[in-house]
Amino acid sequence: MRIGIVTFPGSLDDVDAARAVRVAGGEPVRLWHGDESVHGVDAVVLPGGFSYGDYLRCGAIARFSPIMSEVVRLAGPPDATSPGLPVLGICNGFQVLCESHLLPGALVRNDHRKFVCRDQHLRIERTTTPWTSRYADGEEIVVPLKNGEGGFVADDATLDRLEGEGRVVARYLRGNPNGSYRDIAGVSNASGTVVGLMPHPEHAVEPLFGPGTDGLRFFTSVLDAVLSA
Amino acid sequence: MTTAAPATGLDTVEVAARTPQTPQPYAELGLEDDEYARIRHILGRRPTSSELAMYSVMWSEHCSYKSSKVHLRRFGTTTTDAMRAKLLVGIGENAGVVDIGDGWAVTFKIESHNHPSYVEPYQGAATGVGGIVRDIMAMGARPIAVMDSLRFGDLSHPDTHRVVPGVVAGVGGYGNCLGLPNIGGEVVFDPVYQGNPLVNALCVGAMRHDEIHLANARGEGNLVVLFGARTGGDGIGGVSVLASETFDEGGPTKRPAVQVGDPFAEKVLIECCLELFGANVVDGIQDLGGAGLSCATSELASNGDGGMVIHLERVPLRDPSLRPEEILMSESQERMMAIVRPADLEAFLQITAKWDVEAAVLGEVTETGRLEVLWHGETIVDVPPRTVAHEGPVYERPIARPDRLDAVRADVPDHLPRPGTGDELRAALLRLVASPNLSSRAWVTDQYDRYVRGNTALAMPDDAGVVRVDESTGLGVALAVDGNGRYGALDPYEGARLALAEAYRNVATAGARPLAVTDCLNFGSPEDPGVMWQFSRAVDGLAAGCAELGIPVTGGNVSFYNQTGDVAIHPTPVIGVLGVLDDVARRTPSGWRTPGQAIYLLGATRDEFGGSEWAFAEHGHLGGLPPALDLQDEKRLADILINSSRDGLVDAAHDLSEGGLAQALVEACLRYGAGARIWLDEVCERDRITPFAALFSESTARAVVAVPRSEEVRFTDMCAARGIPFARIGVVDDGGGEPVLDVQGLFTVTLDELRDAHAWTLPTVFEA
Repeated sequence: MRIGIVTFPGSLDDVDAARAVRVAGGEPVRLWHGDESVHGVDAVVLPGGFSYGDYLRCGAIARFSPIMSEVVRLAGPPDATSPGLPVLGICNGFQVLCESHLLPGALVRNDHRKFVCRDQHLRIERTTTPWTSRYADGEEIVVPLKNGEGGFVADDATLDRLEGEGRVVARYLRGNPNGSYRDIAGVSNASGTVVGLMPHPEHAVEPLFGPGTDGLRFFTSVLDAVLSA
Repeated sequence: MTTAAPATGLDTVEVAARTPQTPQPYAELGLEDDEYARIRHILGRRPTSSELAMYSVMWSEHCSYKSSKVHLRRFGTTTTDAMRAKLLVGIGENAGVVDIGDGWAVTFKIESHNHPSYVEPYQGAATGVGGIVRDIMAMGARPIAVMDSLRFGDLSHPDTHRVVPGVVAGVGGYGNCLGLPNIGGEVVFDPVYQGNPLVNALCVGAMRHDEIHLANARGEGNLVVLFGARTGGDGIGGVSVLASETFDEGGPTKRPAVQVGDPFAEKVLIECCLELFGANVVDGIQDLGGAGLSCATSELASNGDGGMVIHLERVPLRDPSLRPEEILMSESQERMMAIVRPADLEAFLQITAKWDVEAAVLGEVTETGRLEVLWHGETIVDVPPRTVAHEGPVYERPIARPDRLDAVRADVPDHLPRPGTGDELRAALLRLVASPNLSSRAWVTDQYDRYVRGNTALAMPDDAGVVRVDESTGLGVALAVDGNGRYGALDPYEGARLALAEAYRNVATAGARPLAVTDCLNFGSPEDPGVMWQFSRAVDGLAAGCAELGIPVTGGNVSFYNQTGDVAIHPTPVIGVLGVLDDVARRTPSGWRTPGQAIYLLGATRDEFGGSEWAFAEHGHLGGLPPALDLQDEKRLADILINSSRDGLVDAAHDLSEGGLAQALVEACLRYGAGARIWLDEVCERDRITPFAALFSESTARAVVAVPRSEEVRFTDMCAARGIPFARIGVVDDGGGEPVLDVQGLFTVTLDELRDAHAWTLPTVFEA
């Protein structure tokens, strides 16, 4: 099972995402932002970092990269109920997915206006995605969070729709770290195949390097999904 | 590419030779009369304006070490062959390189960016991180972590509120965007740093032995390639203007002289450089930092075959109006210079193009022994490069022990009112854990990414940062940086040794074997004989300490002129110690978690409060002598901590330093929220001290450890065999109910109350 990890100039957590795939038992395939193909991978991770420096709006330039055209095409329309290519956007990757309109809403500067790095408690609220099937509904996990522009915002109608359709994948517990509306930490497209998540599950896959191993099941889940597909 | 137009009235070598009487602004550029005369003597004519720019910036204190050189040489004489055994590259290169085994090498260095950070806190701190990271890159290594040691003025002073948030955001903004975990450091508040904060940044990198690169230009005909960001007007003269002048009240603003950083450009440059190194297309490499092109060209030439020709108009510019003198002096960030064999150029340029990094061939290596810089075909610089880079002035500055030192030392803290009852001790503890220097640093460190790259095994608030170097074996390094200006003020010799001892102890507490040292020596004006005495004593202390511990200084930085008007900062050597762990899985965290484990205090406690945090925070007092230090005790303690980590005899260990045992207990409890029951009677009786001294004294060579019941016999046998005093002072609390720190017979305090006292000091000030 080959999981593609996209590297944009300024990507930082690409090595971590690749390691997480490896620890989960998959084969990480490094993809370059200038590639026009995903080289037949079974799923794609858009990693954290500061793509192209993010001096404009986070993810605003990355969405126009050649690889993203292909990812958008393979992921399918955001409201389609039939599954497309599984895509997980973490942190900057989430921002790129929003900018690409694969996911609704936007990520804005933290309400306290500082970068924040901490071990974050989350509740997994949607387990019918290829990235979260190994979690229990409502399960609480701890993974690192680190962002400067992690506040998830959308208009009320969109938020209501996301909640109504069960597309809130994860919510912050024990304190909202960045001012995200309704404590939302992650959302999915309609079919659940495309997931954006502000915290970093790839930093919680080895017991000694991070707050635990709660993040690993994002990566084992997708291997299950690929196997059964 | 924007190319500068030829300047009118160009001061060429030919013009200079013809016009020996032309007055030159050498004094404004920071050169002394005799220094200017020496330049004329070297060249046999007056320098051109470009040559004058180069000499002035390269002969500044910051670049030439002209006041410190005679003292720093003592490190060479005290470093033995045994200490050098693990050194692959020593002092003098961009950074020292240490062998950590299995074919791996690490390089690390600490550097100051004090003055820029006062003028422009965000950019000053950001470019401080950027500069030290490029030093590490220039050795051929992948940077793997950073640390920062910060000192600011009084926490309640309005200007502190300007400087602190900017510096912290700058360190974080740059490091986070580079994808380098920040794994620790220091934050200290003291009015002595009010007009002169200290921002010292450390970077560590890792590489295979055969990947080490050096800064030299060899091989006639090899090409000189500048790559990275374009050159702009930022930081022109930053080195000489900012680092060699003190801040006087009411002077003109110096903001334009601070460089502006672009961390994204640096991140791309890191990956680009590593790919260039991997493709074997780089013969020599140098980063561009202080003194920009002047420094890079003269150092590369001086270290190599000695000759180089540069066509300066080929430098890609952000600002086409820059004059050649300005291009030579510009400190624009995120630039590197490589020496490339002509046959490799195409491959080199393919890689830079892949990363969208601009590269320009500026010239080539020659065997003339001259550094020649041309501007549209006309020679504007023609100098022997060694005279610029390595044969600058050397001063034996006057040295005098300050007269007032005796009065300060005589003002011992014995007369200060001390808490005695349990209630008084409890109240003092709660005040101290909330004091500016002992309160939680989380408001700062939560702004730094400590997780990126996925190799961080320990980070703040643990005693040392620990990162894995080799994923297959777990081989890794531990790093700690420490300094204590108050100790230095009382005794600069001991202050340097104490800073070394604390960093050494912190590394050992994490379970790592200390290997090497980097130092950032922050002092006042070298023109003040009292400051020079402090500096000389500190160097002696550090050199002697390193010799006794058997670990060499591998490189570092001297920062002089840290003063406001006539008032110098405390002599503040900040010492970084690097250690190695064969498997980072064995690292020891600083907090306990397992109820029932025994808590041992290692080392003896004396009644020592000179320069202590208690005297400073509770009484605003600084006097007497710093705590006594026996480095043989430190070595024995370190051996115990390292062996205990290796053999799994301890589950937690925390070093005792500022704030003493009380602070260590509080931190070890709060780390994972596990309480402790403590009894001090045995220690008080054995060491003939009061409970107050047991709790707050800052005696050296001490640590607390948590030992699993099953390992107690082995552990105490080892301590006894090695002659380290040990006392079982308590147990990790398993009383059920609300976790507390219970010091039996004296007081009890809940962890919630401690956390509340500890957590809010910095947020309350900076979130107001």
